[in-house]
Amino acid sequence: MALRIPKALLEQLRAHGEQTYPHECCGVLVGQFDEAGGKTVEQAIACGNTRTDSPANRYHISPAELIRIQRESALAGRDIVGFYHSHPDWPAKWSTTDMDEAHWTGCSYVITSVEKGKAVLTNSFLLVGDEQSKHFEDEDLEAK
Amino acid sequence: MPIKVLIPTPLRPYAGKQSIIEVSAQTVGEALSNLVAQHPDLRKHLFSEEGKLRSFVNVYLNDEDIRYLAKDATPAKETDTITIVPSVAGGV
Repeated sequence: MALRIPKALLEQLRAHGEQTYPHECCGVLVGQFDEAGGKTVEQAIACGNTRTDSPANRYHISPAELIRIQRESALAGRDIVGFYHSHPDWPAKWSTTDMDEAHWTGCSYVITSVEKGKAVLTNSFLLVGDEQSKHFEDEDLEAK
Repeated sequence: MPIKVLIPTPLRPYAGKQSIIEVSAQTVGEALSNLVAQHPDLRKHLFSEEGKLRSFVNVYLNDEDIRYLAKDATPAKETDTITIVPSVAGGV
């Protein structure tokens, strides 16, 4: 299974992390699930980070923004397939906070490390299980 | 005409893989009760063992968070849409 994303959208979400540095950026990935469990991203929607109390090491997307994206995606025949955020001066791997706060099983969590203002690595992690057994698995990120 | 409930991606496996489910109800609480009656596997994903909506589950009536309305007692009518959306957050 893999998350497929057009190169232009990958560059867009990486640039978002550079724009908000030294704060975390965040956004929603919208597209299609395929029969085999893979996903294709068709839109990367930048969102505001509501954690203005601690934006350098926390992110939160407003539920109202998620509701709007979910509704508009459904009308366009698309689904929310994942989310992205940046780790300013921290590796592109999930943190304990990321795990605690992750609830969208079956979706991808894409993380970009931004070092001194430059996007470095971008990795994708698939959230599997349910609330009791949830965990992240490494996921192939295919940019074309 | 019943009320539409939009089901988010992670909960669809527990809701017959449906993205929209229609329920008849007078309030949001009744709509959610009828939803889990139709799809019992959804219950533990929406509610705690004490029967309270889980803290990371947001429920909106149209564009309003029910926590800022009358919560479960929020009246719902046939033209309304209820949207369930788990929270999205994290950080290093």
